[in-house]
Amino acid sequence: MSALLIAEHNNKEIRPFTLNAITAASQIDQDLHVLVIGKGIDAVCKSVSEIPNVKKVIQIDNDIYENYLAENFTPVIVKQAENYSHIISSANTFGKNLMPRVAALLDTSQISDIIKVISSDTYLRPIYAGNAFATVKSNDNKKCITIRPTSFDPAPTSGGSAEIVKADSSEASTLIKFVKREEVKSDRPELGTARIVISGGRGMASGDNFKLITAIADKLNAAIGASRAAVDAGYITNDHQVGQTGKVVVPDLYIAVGISGAIQHLAGMKESKVIVAINKDGEAPIFSVADYGLEADLFEALPQFLEELNKLNTIQK
Amino acid sequence: MKILVAVKRVIDYNVQVRVKEDGTGVVTDNVKMSTNPPDDNAIEEAVKIKESGKAKEIVAITIGEEKAQETVRKALAVGADRGIHVKVDGIIEPLAVSKILQKIVEKENPDLVFMGKQAIDDDCNQTGQMLAALLNWPQATFASKIEVKDKSLEVTREVDEGLETIEINIPSVVTCDLRLNEPRYASLPNIMKAKKKPLEQLNATDLGIDTKPRIEQIKVEEPPKRKAGIKVSSVAELVQKLKNEAKVI
Ligand SMILES: Cc1cc2nc3c(=O)[nH]c(=O)nc-3n(C[C@H](O)[C@H](O)[C@H](O)COP(=O)(O)OP(=O)(O)OC[C@H]3O[C@@H](n4cnc5c(N)ncnc54)[C@H](O)[C@@H]3O)c2cc1C
Ligand SMILES: Nc1ncnc2c1ncn2[C@@H]1O[C@H](COP(=O)(O)O)[C@@H](O)[C@H]1O
Repeated sequence: MSALLIAEHNNKEIRPFTLNAITAASQIDQDLHVLVIGKGIDAVCKSVSEIPNVKKVIQIDNDIYENYLAENFTPVIVKQAENYSHIISSANTFGKNLMPRVAALLDTSQISDIIKVISSDTYLRPIYAGNAFATVKSNDNKKCITIRPTSFDPAPTSGGSAEIVKADSSEASTLIKFVKREEVKSDRPELGTARIVISGGRGMASGDNFKLITAIADKLNAAIGASRAAVDAGYITNDHQVGQTGKVVVPDLYIAVGISGAIQHLAGMKESKVIVAINKDGEAPIFSVADYGLEADLFEALPQFLEELNKLNTIQK
Repeated sequence: MKILVAVKRVIDYNVQVRVKEDGTGVVTDNVKMSTNPPDDNAIEEAVKIKESGKAKEIVAITIGEEKAQETVRKALAVGADRGIHVKVDGIIEPLAVSKILQKIVEKENPDLVFMGKQAIDDDCNQTGQMLAALLNWPQATFASKIEVKDKSLEVTREVDEGLETIEINIPSVVTCDLRLNEPRYASLPNIMKAKKKPLEQLNATDLGIDTKPRIEQIKVEEPPKRKAGIKVSSVAELVQKLKNEAKVI
Protein backbone atom coordinates (compact mmCIF):
# COMPACT_ATOMS: atom_id res chain seq x y z
CA MET A 1 0.00 0.00 0.00
CA SER A 2 1.02 3.64 -0.37
CA ALA A 3 1.63 6.44 2.10
CA LEU A 4 -0.60 9.49 2.47
CA LEU A 5 0.81 12.82 3.58
CA ILE A 6 -1.49 15.55 4.87
CA ALA A 7 -0.22 18.84 3.47
CA GLU A 8 -0.04 21.97 5.59
CA HIS A 9 -0.77 25.17 3.69
CA ASN A 10 -2.54 28.52 4.09
CA ASN A 11 -4.95 27.98 1.17
CA LYS A 12 -2.56 29.96 -1.05
CA GLU A 13 0.75 28.12 -0.79
CA ILE A 14 2.17 25.10 0.96
CA ARG A 15 3.88 25.77 4.26
CA PRO A 16 7.63 25.07 4.07
CA PHE A 17 7.60 22.20 6.59
CA THR A 18 5.37 20.18 4.26
CA LEU A 19 8.46 19.81 2.05
CA ASN A 20 10.53 18.33 4.89
CA ALA A 21 7.68 15.97 5.78
CA ILE A 22 7.49 14.87 2.14
CA THR A 23 11.16 13.88 2.23
CA ALA A 24 10.59 11.75 5.32
CA ALA A 25 7.36 10.29 3.95
CA SER A 26 8.99 9.19 0.71
CA GLN A 27 11.68 7.43 2.74
CA ILE A 28 8.84 5.46 4.37
CA ASP A 29 7.11 4.66 1.07
CA GLN A 30 8.09 5.83 -2.40
CA ASP A 31 4.51 5.65 -3.58
CA LEU A 32 3.62 8.85 -1.81
CA HIS A 33 0.28 10.59 -2.25
CA VAL A 34 -0.48 14.01 -0.80
CA LEU A 35 -3.88 15.01 0.52
CA VAL A 36 -4.61 18.74 0.30
CA ILE A 37 -7.70 19.85 2.22
CA GLY A 38 -8.65 23.50 2.14
CA LYS A 39 -10.64 26.30 0.56
CA GLY A 40 -9.83 27.43 -2.99
CA ILE A 41 -6.65 25.39 -3.19
CA ASP A 42 -6.07 24.88 -6.92
CA ALA A 43 -2.75 26.70 -6.75
CA VAL A 44 -1.61 24.73 -3.70
CA CYS A 45 -2.45 21.44 -5.41
CA LYS A 46 -0.66 22.47 -8.57
CA SER A 47 2.55 23.29 -6.70
CA VAL A 48 2.36 20.01 -4.76
CA SER A 49 1.95 18.11 -8.04
CA GLU A 50 5.26 19.55 -9.21
CA ILE A 51 7.21 18.03 -6.32
CA PRO A 52 9.05 15.05 -7.87
CA ASN A 53 8.58 12.78 -4.80
CA VAL A 54 4.80 13.08 -5.05
CA LYS A 55 2.98 10.43 -7.14
CA LYS A 56 -0.59 11.68 -6.75
CA VAL A 57 -2.40 14.68 -5.27
CA ILE A 58 -5.86 14.39 -3.76
CA GLN A 59 -7.74 17.67 -3.54
CA ILE A 60 -10.65 18.21 -1.16
CA ASP A 61 -11.84 21.74 -1.65
CA ASN A 62 -14.64 23.30 0.36
CA ASP A 63 -15.29 26.51 2.33
CA ILE A 64 -15.60 24.50 5.54
CA TYR A 65 -11.89 23.67 5.42
CA GLU A 66 -10.64 27.27 5.39
CA ASN A 67 -9.36 27.22 8.97
CA TYR A 68 -7.92 23.70 9.20
CA LEU A 69 -10.23 22.63 12.04
CA ALA A 70 -9.33 19.08 13.06
CA GLU A 71 -13.02 18.30 13.63
CA ASN A 72 -13.64 18.94 9.91
CA PHE A 73 -10.43 17.46 8.52
CA THR A 74 -10.60 14.17 10.41
CA PRO A 75 -13.62 12.49 8.74
CA VAL A 76 -12.23 12.94 5.22
CA ILE A 77 -8.76 11.79 6.23
CA VAL A 78 -10.16 8.68 7.93
CA LYS A 79 -12.12 7.91 4.75
CA GLN A 80 -9.05 8.31 2.52
CA ALA A 81 -6.99 6.24 4.96
CA GLU A 82 -8.73 3.04 3.76
CA ASN A 83 -6.33 2.94 0.83
CA TYR A 84 -3.11 3.66 2.69
CA SER A 85 -0.69 1.96 5.07
CA HIS A 86 0.76 5.18 6.50
CA ILE A 87 -0.83 8.54 7.32
CA ILE A 88 1.81 11.21 7.83
CA SER A 89 2.08 14.88 8.71
CA SER A 90 4.61 17.26 10.19
CA ALA A 91 4.96 17.50 13.97
CA ASN A 92 4.18 21.20 14.27
CA THR A 93 1.03 22.62 15.82
CA PHE A 94 -0.93 21.72 12.66
CA GLY A 95 -0.02 18.02 12.73
CA LYS A 96 0.04 17.75 16.52
CA ASN A 97 -3.52 19.01 16.70
CA LEU A 98 -4.81 16.85 13.86
CA MET A 99 -3.05 13.50 13.68
CA PRO A 100 -4.03 11.98 17.07
CA ARG A 101 -7.69 12.58 16.21
CA VAL A 102 -7.20 10.56 13.05
CA ALA A 103 -5.14 7.87 14.80
CA ALA A 104 -7.74 7.28 17.52
CA LEU A 105 -10.48 6.70 14.94
CA LEU A 106 -8.23 4.29 13.04
CA ASP A 107 -7.41 2.57 16.35
CA THR A 108 -3.71 3.15 15.80
CA SER A 109 -1.04 4.02 18.33
CA GLN A 110 0.52 7.11 16.79
CA ILE A 111 4.28 7.63 16.66
CA SER A 112 4.99 11.33 17.20
CA ASP A 113 7.89 13.48 16.12
CA ILE A 114 10.22 11.03 14.37
CA ILE A 115 13.74 12.20 13.54
CA LYS A 116 14.83 9.23 11.41
CA VAL A 117 13.21 6.55 9.28
CA ILE A 118 14.91 3.20 9.99
CA SER A 119 12.46 1.10 7.97
CA SER A 120 8.83 1.40 6.95
CA ASP A 121 7.73 0.40 10.47
CA THR A 122 10.69 1.43 12.64
CA TYR A 123 11.69 4.95 13.55
CA LEU A 124 13.90 6.99 15.84
CA ARG A 125 12.30 9.62 18.08
CA PRO A 126 13.49 11.79 20.96
CA ILE A 127 11.89 11.37 24.39
CA TYR A 128 12.43 13.25 27.68
CA ALA A 129 13.10 16.57 25.94
CA GLY A 130 15.72 14.94 23.73
CA ASN A 131 17.68 13.47 26.64
CA ALA A 132 17.13 10.02 25.17
CA PHE A 133 16.51 8.62 21.70
CA ALA A 134 14.08 5.72 21.37
CA THR A 135 14.00 3.26 18.48
CA VAL A 136 10.36 2.22 18.13
CA LYS A 137 8.54 -0.24 15.92
CA SER A 138 4.86 0.04 15.13
CA ASN A 139 2.86 -3.18 15.10
CA ASP A 140 -0.38 -1.56 13.92
CA ASN A 141 -1.76 -2.30 10.45
CA LYS A 142 -2.11 1.36 9.68
CA LYS A 143 0.52 3.70 10.99
CA CYS A 144 0.04 7.34 11.94
CA ILE A 145 3.33 9.20 12.02
CA THR A 146 4.33 12.82 12.60
CA ILE A 147 7.67 14.09 11.37
CA ARG A 148 10.05 16.49 13.09
CA PRO A 149 10.57 18.69 10.04
CA THR A 150 13.98 20.05 10.98
CA SER A 151 15.44 16.53 10.94
CA PHE A 152 14.82 16.11 7.20
CA ASP A 153 15.87 18.21 4.21
CA PRO A 154 13.11 19.90 2.22
CA ALA A 155 12.06 18.06 -0.94
CA PRO A 156 12.77 19.72 -4.31
CA THR A 157 9.81 21.74 -5.57
CA SER A 158 9.99 21.32 -9.33
CA GLY A 159 10.29 18.66 -12.00
CA GLY A 160 7.32 16.50 -11.07
CA SER A 161 3.90 16.25 -12.67
CA ALA A 162 1.66 14.12 -10.47
CA GLU A 163 -2.00 13.77 -11.37
CA ILE A 164 -4.48 15.76 -9.27
CA VAL A 165 -7.73 14.00 -8.37
CA LYS A 166 -10.66 15.54 -6.53
CA ALA A 167 -12.41 13.83 -3.66
CA ASP A 168 -15.64 14.57 -1.81
CA SER A 169 -15.84 16.68 1.29
CA SER A 170 -17.88 15.83 4.37
CA GLU A 171 -20.31 17.76 6.56
CA ALA A 172 -18.98 20.61 8.67
CA SER A 173 -18.90 20.03 12.43
CA THR A 174 -21.48 22.05 14.35
CA LEU A 175 -19.50 21.69 17.58
CA ILE A 176 -16.78 24.20 16.82
CA LYS A 177 -16.50 27.68 15.39
CA PHE A 178 -13.38 29.44 14.25
CA VAL A 179 -13.20 32.95 15.72
CA LYS A 180 -9.89 34.54 14.73
CA ARG A 181 -6.20 34.12 14.13
CA GLU A 182 -3.63 36.66 15.28
CA GLU A 183 -0.71 36.01 13.01
CA VAL A 184 2.48 37.85 13.66
CA LYS A 185 3.58 39.12 10.27
CA SER A 186 7.23 39.78 9.70
CA ASP A 187 9.65 40.16 6.80
CA ARG A 188 12.23 38.10 8.59
CA PRO A 189 13.02 34.48 7.70
CA GLU A 190 10.79 31.95 9.45
CA LEU A 191 12.14 30.69 12.75
CA GLY A 192 11.84 27.04 11.73
CA THR A 193 13.77 27.34 8.48
CA ALA A 194 16.14 30.30 9.01
CA ARG A 195 19.87 29.78 8.44
CA ILE A 196 20.69 31.92 11.46
CA VAL A 197 18.67 32.33 14.66
CA ILE A 198 19.42 34.78 17.47
CA SER A 199 17.43 34.24 20.66
CA GLY A 200 17.00 36.28 23.81
CA GLY A 201 16.15 35.08 27.30
CA ARG A 202 15.24 36.48 30.67
CA GLY A 203 18.62 38.22 30.71
CA MET A 204 17.25 40.70 28.14
CA ALA A 205 15.33 42.20 31.09
CA SER A 206 12.65 43.90 28.96
CA GLY A 207 10.83 43.71 25.65
CA ASP A 208 12.33 47.02 24.65
CA ASN A 209 15.84 45.62 24.99
CA PHE A 210 15.04 43.10 22.26
CA LYS A 211 15.88 45.94 19.85
CA LEU A 212 19.52 45.03 20.51
CA ILE A 213 18.73 41.59 19.10
CA THR A 214 16.61 42.93 16.24
CA ALA A 215 19.48 45.09 15.02
CA ILE A 216 21.78 42.08 14.78
CA ALA A 217 19.06 39.93 13.22
CA ASP A 218 18.62 42.58 10.53
CA LYS A 219 22.32 42.60 9.83
CA LEU A 220 22.57 38.77 9.62
CA ASN A 221 19.17 38.17 8.01
CA ALA A 222 18.40 36.01 11.03
CA ALA A 223 15.17 34.87 12.64
CA ILE A 224 14.49 35.86 16.24
CA GLY A 225 13.89 33.26 18.94
CA ALA A 226 13.30 33.37 22.68
CA SER A 227 13.31 31.27 25.81
CA ARG A 228 10.06 30.49 27.56
CA ALA A 229 11.01 32.86 30.36
CA ALA A 230 11.24 35.74 27.87
CA VAL A 231 7.82 34.87 26.40
CA ASP A 232 6.23 34.42 29.83
CA ALA A 233 7.58 37.79 30.91
CA GLY A 234 5.89 39.36 27.89
CA TYR A 235 9.12 40.51 26.20
CA ILE A 236 8.10 38.81 22.95
CA THR A 237 5.18 36.79 21.51
CA ASN A 238 4.73 33.02 21.92
CA ASP A 239 5.49 32.15 18.29
CA HIS A 240 9.17 32.87 19.04
CA GLN A 241 9.59 30.27 21.78
CA VAL A 242 12.27 27.67 21.16
CA GLY A 243 12.29 24.44 23.15
CA GLN A 244 10.50 21.31 24.31
CA THR A 245 7.13 23.04 24.31
CA GLY A 246 7.98 25.60 21.65
CA LYS A 247 9.65 25.24 18.27
CA VAL A 248 12.60 23.09 17.30
CA VAL A 249 15.24 24.86 15.23
CA VAL A 250 18.36 23.52 13.54
CA PRO A 251 20.03 26.55 11.96
CA ASP A 252 23.65 26.78 10.79
CA LEU A 253 24.17 29.33 13.56
CA TYR A 254 22.23 29.72 16.82
CA ILE A 255 23.09 32.63 19.09
CA ALA A 256 21.70 32.38 22.65
CA VAL A 257 21.77 35.67 24.53
CA GLY A 258 20.93 35.88 28.24
CA ILE A 259 19.63 32.31 28.20
CA SER A 260 20.75 29.92 30.95
CA GLY A 261 20.32 26.71 28.94
CA ALA A 262 17.65 24.73 30.80
CA ILE A 263 17.12 21.25 29.28
CA GLN A 264 13.72 22.34 28.00
CA HIS A 265 15.37 25.12 25.99
CA LEU A 266 18.23 22.90 24.79
CA ALA A 267 15.62 20.44 23.48
CA GLY A 268 14.74 22.98 20.82
CA MET A 269 18.18 24.08 19.63
CA LYS A 270 21.00 21.74 20.56
CA GLU A 271 21.14 20.14 17.10
CA SER A 272 22.12 23.53 15.59
CA LYS A 273 25.36 23.32 13.60
CA VAL A 274 27.17 26.12 15.42
CA ILE A 275 26.03 27.45 18.80
CA VAL A 276 27.14 30.73 20.36
CA ALA A 277 26.27 31.62 23.95
CA ILE A 278 26.52 35.09 25.43
CA ASN A 279 25.96 35.02 29.18
CA LYS A 280 27.48 36.83 32.15
CA ASP A 281 27.42 33.69 34.30
CA GLY A 282 30.39 31.53 33.34
CA GLU A 283 28.73 28.51 34.97
CA ALA A 284 25.53 28.74 32.91
CA PRO A 285 24.67 25.32 31.40
CA ILE A 286 24.26 26.87 27.94
CA PHE A 287 28.09 26.95 27.73
CA SER A 288 28.16 23.14 27.82
CA VAL A 289 26.58 23.00 24.35
CA ALA A 290 28.16 26.17 22.92
CA ASP A 291 30.89 25.96 20.28
CA TYR A 292 31.82 29.54 21.13
CA GLY A 293 31.03 30.91 24.56
CA LEU A 294 31.39 34.56 25.49
CA GLU A 295 31.21 35.34 29.18
CA ALA A 296 30.04 38.95 29.11
CA ASP A 297 27.29 41.38 29.95
CA LEU A 298 24.94 41.30 26.99
CA PHE A 299 24.29 45.04 27.23
CA GLU A 300 27.94 45.62 26.38
CA ALA A 301 28.43 42.61 24.11
CA LEU A 302 25.47 43.11 21.75
CA PRO A 303 26.34 46.70 20.68
CA GLN A 304 29.96 45.59 20.16
CA PHE A 305 28.75 42.61 18.16
CA LEU A 306 26.83 44.91 15.83
CA GLU A 307 29.85 47.17 15.51
CA GLU A 308 32.12 44.23 14.59
CA LEU A 309 29.59 42.99 12.03
CA ASN A 310 29.50 46.48 10.51
CA LYS A 311 33.26 46.28 10.04
CA LEU A 312 33.02 43.15 7.91
CA ASN A 313 33.25 43.62 4.15
CA THR A 314 30.86 40.82 3.36
CA ILE A 315 28.23 38.92 5.31
CA GLN A 316 26.73 35.64 4.08
CA LYS A 317 23.00 35.93 3.62
CA MET B 1 -20.85 21.86 35.64
CA LYS B 2 -18.46 19.00 36.30
CA ILE B 3 -14.83 18.97 35.19
CA LEU B 4 -12.65 15.87 34.84
CA VAL B 5 -8.91 16.57 34.93
CA ALA B 6 -6.30 14.01 33.81
CA VAL B 7 -2.97 14.15 35.64
CA LYS B 8 0.10 12.04 34.90
CA ARG B 9 3.02 11.18 37.17
CA VAL B 10 6.34 11.79 35.42
CA ILE B 11 10.02 12.29 36.27
CA ASP B 12 10.33 15.79 37.72
CA TYR B 13 11.27 18.36 35.07
CA ASN B 14 14.37 19.40 37.00
CA VAL B 15 15.91 15.93 36.98
CA GLN B 16 18.74 15.27 34.55
CA VAL B 17 17.33 12.15 32.91
CA ARG B 18 19.81 9.29 32.41
CA VAL B 19 19.54 6.38 30.00
CA LYS B 20 19.88 2.84 31.41
CA GLU B 21 23.02 1.00 30.36
CA ASP B 22 21.06 -1.97 29.00
CA GLY B 23 19.12 0.24 26.58
CA THR B 24 15.68 -0.65 27.98
CA GLY B 25 14.67 2.81 29.12
CA VAL B 26 15.67 5.61 31.45
CA VAL B 27 16.67 5.42 35.11
CA THR B 28 13.65 5.87 37.39
CA ASP B 29 14.87 4.30 40.64
CA ASN B 30 15.34 6.90 43.37
CA VAL B 31 14.43 9.65 40.94
CA LYS B 32 12.13 12.48 41.99
CA MET B 33 8.67 12.19 40.44
CA SER B 34 6.07 14.97 40.08
CA THR B 35 2.88 15.86 38.29
CA ASN B 36 3.42 16.51 34.58
CA PRO B 37 3.78 20.34 34.57
CA PRO B 38 0.92 21.37 32.22
CA ASP B 39 -1.41 19.04 34.15
CA ASP B 40 -0.92 21.39 37.11
CA ASN B 41 -2.20 24.16 34.84
CA ALA B 42 -5.19 21.99 33.95
CA ILE B 43 -6.08 21.48 37.62
CA GLU B 44 -5.52 25.16 38.40
CA GLU B 45 -7.87 26.23 35.61
CA ALA B 46 -10.57 23.84 36.81
CA VAL B 47 -10.24 25.17 40.36
CA LYS B 48 -10.48 28.77 39.14
CA ILE B 49 -13.65 27.95 37.22
CA LYS B 50 -15.10 26.30 40.31
CA GLU B 51 -14.17 29.32 42.44
CA SER B 52 -15.95 31.58 39.97
CA GLY B 53 -19.11 29.57 40.63
CA LYS B 54 -19.30 28.08 37.16
CA ALA B 55 -18.37 24.52 38.15
CA LYS B 56 -19.62 22.38 41.01
CA GLU B 57 -17.30 19.42 41.03
CA ILE B 58 -13.75 18.60 39.96
CA VAL B 59 -12.68 14.99 39.57
CA ALA B 60 -8.96 14.26 39.14
CA ILE B 61 -7.92 11.05 37.43
CA THR B 62 -4.61 9.33 36.89
CA ILE B 63 -3.71 6.12 35.12
CA GLY B 64 -0.58 4.27 36.16
CA GLU B 65 1.17 2.28 38.84
CA GLU B 66 0.29 2.33 42.55
CA LYS B 67 2.35 5.43 43.31
CA ALA B 68 0.60 7.48 40.62
CA GLN B 69 -1.98 8.12 43.35
CA GLU B 70 0.36 10.80 44.68
CA THR B 71 -0.50 13.02 41.70
CA VAL B 72 -4.20 12.64 42.45
CA ARG B 73 -3.60 13.49 46.13
CA LYS B 74 -1.76 16.60 45.02
CA ALA B 75 -4.68 17.59 42.78
CA LEU B 76 -7.02 17.03 45.73
CA ALA B 77 -4.82 19.27 47.85
CA VAL B 78 -5.16 22.20 45.45
CA GLY B 79 -8.91 21.92 45.04
CA ALA B 80 -10.15 18.79 43.25
CA ASP B 81 -13.07 17.20 45.11
CA ARG B 82 -12.63 13.56 44.30
CA GLY B 83 -10.01 11.28 42.76
CA ILE B 84 -9.88 8.21 40.55
CA HIS B 85 -6.86 5.98 40.08
CA VAL B 86 -6.91 3.41 37.30
CA LYS B 87 -4.13 0.97 38.03
CA VAL B 88 -1.90 -0.12 35.16
CA ASP B 89 1.69 -1.32 35.48
CA GLY B 90 4.36 -0.63 32.90
CA ILE B 91 4.26 1.51 29.79
CA ILE B 92 0.83 2.74 28.76
CA GLU B 93 0.37 4.47 25.42
CA PRO B 94 -1.83 7.54 24.80
CA LEU B 95 -4.30 5.45 22.78
CA ALA B 96 -4.96 3.15 25.76
CA VAL B 97 -5.08 6.12 28.17
CA SER B 98 -7.66 7.81 25.97
CA LYS B 99 -9.78 4.63 25.84
CA ILE B 100 -9.72 4.40 29.63
CA LEU B 101 -10.63 8.08 29.91
CA GLN B 102 -13.49 7.50 27.46
CA LYS B 103 -14.93 4.80 29.77
CA ILE B 104 -14.59 7.09 32.76
CA VAL B 105 -16.26 9.95 30.88
CA GLU B 106 -19.16 7.67 29.99
CA LYS B 107 -19.53 6.80 33.68
CA GLU B 108 -18.97 10.25 35.18
CA ASN B 109 -20.58 12.44 32.51
CA PRO B 110 -18.36 15.49 32.95
CA ASP B 111 -19.05 18.63 30.92
CA LEU B 112 -15.38 19.31 30.35
CA VAL B 113 -12.18 17.29 30.35
CA PHE B 114 -9.00 19.26 31.02
CA MET B 115 -5.57 17.80 30.46
CA GLY B 116 -1.99 18.84 29.73
CA LYS B 117 -0.95 19.49 26.16
CA GLN B 118 2.02 17.14 26.38
CA ALA B 119 3.55 14.70 28.83
CA ILE B 120 7.20 15.61 29.34
CA ASP B 121 8.32 11.96 29.49
CA ASP B 122 7.02 10.51 26.23
CA ASP B 123 6.55 13.95 24.57
CA CYS B 124 3.65 12.41 22.61
CA ASN B 125 1.12 15.26 22.59
CA GLN B 126 -1.73 12.92 21.65
CA THR B 127 -4.01 11.91 24.52
CA GLY B 128 -6.46 14.84 24.60
CA GLN B 129 -7.00 14.83 20.85
CA MET B 130 -7.53 11.05 20.91
CA LEU B 131 -10.06 11.28 23.71
CA ALA B 132 -11.94 14.04 21.89
CA ALA B 133 -12.06 11.87 18.76
CA LEU B 134 -13.33 8.79 20.61
CA LEU B 135 -16.07 10.84 22.27
CA ASN B 136 -16.79 12.80 19.09
CA TRP B 137 -16.35 15.98 21.12
CA PRO B 138 -14.67 19.18 19.92
CA GLN B 139 -11.14 19.88 21.10
CA ALA B 140 -9.14 22.94 21.99
CA THR B 141 -5.44 22.08 22.11
CA PHE B 142 -2.56 24.21 23.47
CA ALA B 143 -4.93 26.51 25.38
CA SER B 144 -3.45 29.69 26.84
CA LYS B 145 -6.78 31.34 27.70
CA ILE B 146 -10.21 29.91 28.46
CA GLU B 147 -13.44 31.85 28.77
CA VAL B 148 -16.45 29.89 29.97
CA LYS B 149 -19.67 30.94 28.29
CA ASP B 150 -23.18 29.59 28.63
CA LYS B 151 -22.95 26.44 26.55
CA SER B 152 -19.50 26.87 25.07
CA LEU B 153 -15.91 27.83 25.73
CA GLU B 154 -13.93 30.49 23.95
CA VAL B 155 -10.35 29.30 23.88
CA THR B 156 -7.17 31.02 22.74
CA ARG B 157 -4.68 28.50 21.38
CA GLU B 158 -0.93 28.87 20.94
CA VAL B 159 -0.09 27.86 17.38
CA ASP B 160 3.08 28.18 15.30
CA GLU B 161 1.87 31.35 13.57
CA GLY B 162 0.83 33.09 16.80
CA LEU B 163 -2.54 32.86 18.49
CA GLU B 164 -5.83 31.39 17.36
CA THR B 165 -9.25 31.72 18.98
CA ILE B 166 -12.00 29.13 18.62
CA GLU B 167 -15.36 28.58 20.21
CA ILE B 168 -16.22 25.00 21.14
CA ASN B 169 -19.46 23.58 22.45
CA ILE B 170 -19.64 21.95 25.84
CA PRO B 171 -18.96 19.04 26.33
CA SER B 172 -15.39 19.29 25.10
CA VAL B 173 -11.75 18.43 25.73
CA VAL B 174 -9.15 21.13 26.40
CA THR B 175 -5.38 20.56 26.52
CA CYS B 176 -3.54 23.20 28.51
CA ASP B 177 -0.37 25.15 27.80
CA LEU B 178 1.96 26.27 30.59
CA ARG B 179 0.98 29.89 29.98
CA LEU B 180 -2.68 29.27 30.81
CA ASN B 181 -2.27 30.27 34.45
CA GLU B 182 0.05 30.19 37.48
CA PRO B 183 -0.59 26.96 39.43
CA ARG B 184 -0.98 27.50 43.18
CA TYR B 185 0.87 25.60 45.86
CA ALA B 186 -0.98 23.33 48.24
CA SER B 187 -1.06 24.61 51.83
CA LEU B 188 -0.27 22.20 54.65
CA PRO B 189 -3.84 22.17 56.02
CA ASN B 190 -5.14 21.47 52.51
CA ILE B 191 -2.66 18.62 52.08
CA MET B 192 -4.01 17.14 55.33
CA LYS B 193 -7.61 17.63 54.21
CA ALA B 194 -6.85 16.01 50.85
CA LYS B 195 -5.99 12.77 52.64
CA LYS B 196 -9.64 12.48 53.64
CA LYS B 197 -11.09 13.17 50.22
CA PRO B 198 -12.43 10.11 48.36
CA LEU B 199 -10.09 8.30 45.98
CA GLU B 200 -11.61 5.47 44.00
CA GLN B 201 -9.38 2.69 42.67
CA LEU B 202 -10.07 0.69 39.53
CA ASN B 203 -8.21 -1.70 37.28
CA ALA B 204 -7.94 -1.18 33.54
CA THR B 205 -9.20 -4.75 33.10
CA ASP B 206 -12.36 -3.90 35.11
CA LEU B 207 -13.06 -1.35 32.40
CA GLY B 208 -12.46 -3.89 29.66
CA ILE B 209 -9.56 -2.01 28.12
CA ASP B 210 -6.52 -3.79 26.72
CA THR B 211 -3.48 -1.70 27.64
CA LYS B 212 -0.85 -3.85 25.94
CA PRO B 213 1.50 -1.51 24.03
CA ARG B 214 1.16 -1.54 20.24
CA ILE B 215 4.54 0.06 19.80
CA GLU B 216 7.63 -1.98 20.51
CA GLN B 217 10.39 -0.07 22.19
CA ILE B 218 13.44 -1.66 20.60
CA LYS B 219 16.07 0.40 22.32
CA VAL B 220 16.64 3.62 24.22
CA GLU B 221 20.02 5.27 23.87
CA GLU B 222 21.81 8.46 24.72
CA PRO B 223 21.69 11.13 22.06
CA PRO B 224 25.03 11.92 20.39
CA LYS B 225 27.08 14.35 22.49
CA ARG B 226 28.25 17.68 21.14
CA LYS B 227 31.97 18.25 20.82
CA ALA B 228 33.27 20.52 23.57
CA GLY B 229 33.47 24.14 22.50
CA ILE B 230 35.75 27.00 23.53
CA LYS B 231 35.38 30.27 25.38
CA VAL B 232 36.32 33.39 23.48
CA SER B 233 37.68 36.40 25.27
CA SER B 234 36.13 39.21 23.27
CA VAL B 235 33.39 40.05 20.82
CA ALA B 236 36.02 40.76 18.15
CA GLU B 237 37.41 37.25 18.58
CA LEU B 238 33.90 35.77 18.41
CA VAL B 239 33.10 37.50 15.13
CA GLN B 240 36.47 36.56 13.68
CA LYS B 241 35.90 32.87 14.59
CA LEU B 242 32.39 32.87 13.16
CA LYS B 243 33.69 34.37 9.93
CA ASN B 244 36.94 32.50 9.40
CA GLU B 245 36.73 29.28 11.43
CA ALA B 246 33.06 28.27 11.47
CA LYS B 247 32.39 30.18 8.22
CA VAL B 248 28.75 30.80 9.12
CA ILE B 249 28.53 34.58 8.63
C1 LIG C 1 7.29 21.46 31.08
C2 LIG C 1 8.23 22.60 30.80
C3 LIG C 1 8.43 22.97 29.49
C4 LIG C 1 9.28 24.02 29.19
N1 LIG C 1 9.46 24.37 27.88
C5 LIG C 1 10.35 25.33 27.58
C6 LIG C 1 10.62 25.70 26.22
O1 LIG C 1 10.02 25.17 25.28
N2 LIG C 1 11.55 26.65 25.98
C7 LIG C 1 12.24 27.27 26.98
O2 LIG C 1 13.08 28.14 26.69
N3 LIG C 1 11.97 26.98 28.27
C8 LIG C 1 11.05 26.04 28.59
N4 LIG C 1 10.79 25.76 29.89
C9 LIG C 1 11.38 26.64 30.94
C10 LIG C 1 12.81 26.29 31.30
O3 LIG C 1 12.80 25.28 32.30
C11 LIG C 1 13.54 27.53 31.86
O4 LIG C 1 12.84 28.04 32.95
C12 LIG C 1 13.70 28.65 30.82
O5 LIG C 1 14.24 28.13 29.61
C13 LIG C 1 14.62 29.71 31.37
O6 LIG C 1 14.70 30.79 30.47
P1 LIG C 1 15.98 31.74 30.49
O7 LIG C 1 17.20 30.94 30.22
O8 LIG C 1 15.69 32.88 29.57
O9 LIG C 1 15.95 32.34 31.98
P2 LIG C 1 16.93 32.08 33.19
O10 LIG C 1 17.08 30.64 33.47
O11 LIG C 1 16.47 32.98 34.27
O12 LIG C 1 18.34 32.57 32.66
C14 LIG C 1 18.65 33.90 32.36
C15 LIG C 1 20.12 33.92 32.03
O13 LIG C 1 20.48 35.23 31.63
C16 LIG C 1 21.76 35.53 32.14
N5 LIG C 1 21.86 37.00 32.25
C17 LIG C 1 21.12 37.83 33.04
N6 LIG C 1 21.47 39.11 32.83
C18 LIG C 1 22.45 39.10 31.90
C19 LIG C 1 23.22 40.11 31.27
N7 LIG C 1 23.04 41.41 31.55
N8 LIG C 1 24.16 39.75 30.38
C20 LIG C 1 24.35 38.42 30.08
N9 LIG C 1 23.65 37.44 30.63
C21 LIG C 1 22.71 37.76 31.52
C22 LIG C 1 21.82 34.84 33.48
O14 LIG C 1 23.18 34.58 33.84
C23 LIG C 1 21.04 33.56 33.21
O15 LIG C 1 21.90 32.50 32.80
C24 LIG C 1 9.93 24.72 30.23
C25 LIG C 1 9.73 24.34 31.55
C26 LIG C 1 8.86 23.30 31.84
C27 LIG C 1 8.64 22.92 33.26
N1 LIG D 1 -1.29 7.90 32.35
C1 LIG D 1 -1.96 9.06 32.36
N2 LIG D 1 -2.77 9.36 33.40
C2 LIG D 1 -3.46 10.53 33.40
N3 LIG D 1 -3.39 11.44 32.43
C3 LIG D 1 -2.59 11.18 31.38
C4 LIG D 1 -1.84 9.98 31.28
N4 LIG D 1 -1.14 10.02 30.12
C5 LIG D 1 -1.45 11.20 29.53
N5 LIG D 1 -2.32 11.89 30.28
C6 LIG D 1 -2.88 13.24 29.99
O1 LIG D 1 -2.66 13.54 28.63
C7 LIG D 1 -1.81 14.67 28.47
C8 LIG D 1 -0.96 14.53 27.24
O2 LIG D 1 -0.12 13.40 27.31
P1 LIG D 1 0.67 12.80 26.07
O3 LIG D 1 -0.33 12.59 24.98
O4 LIG D 1 1.25 11.50 26.57
O5 LIG D 1 1.72 13.80 25.70
C9 LIG D 1 -1.08 14.77 29.79
O6 LIG D 1 -0.66 16.09 30.02
C10 LIG D 1 -2.14 14.30 30.79
O7 LIG D 1 -3.05 15.35 31.08
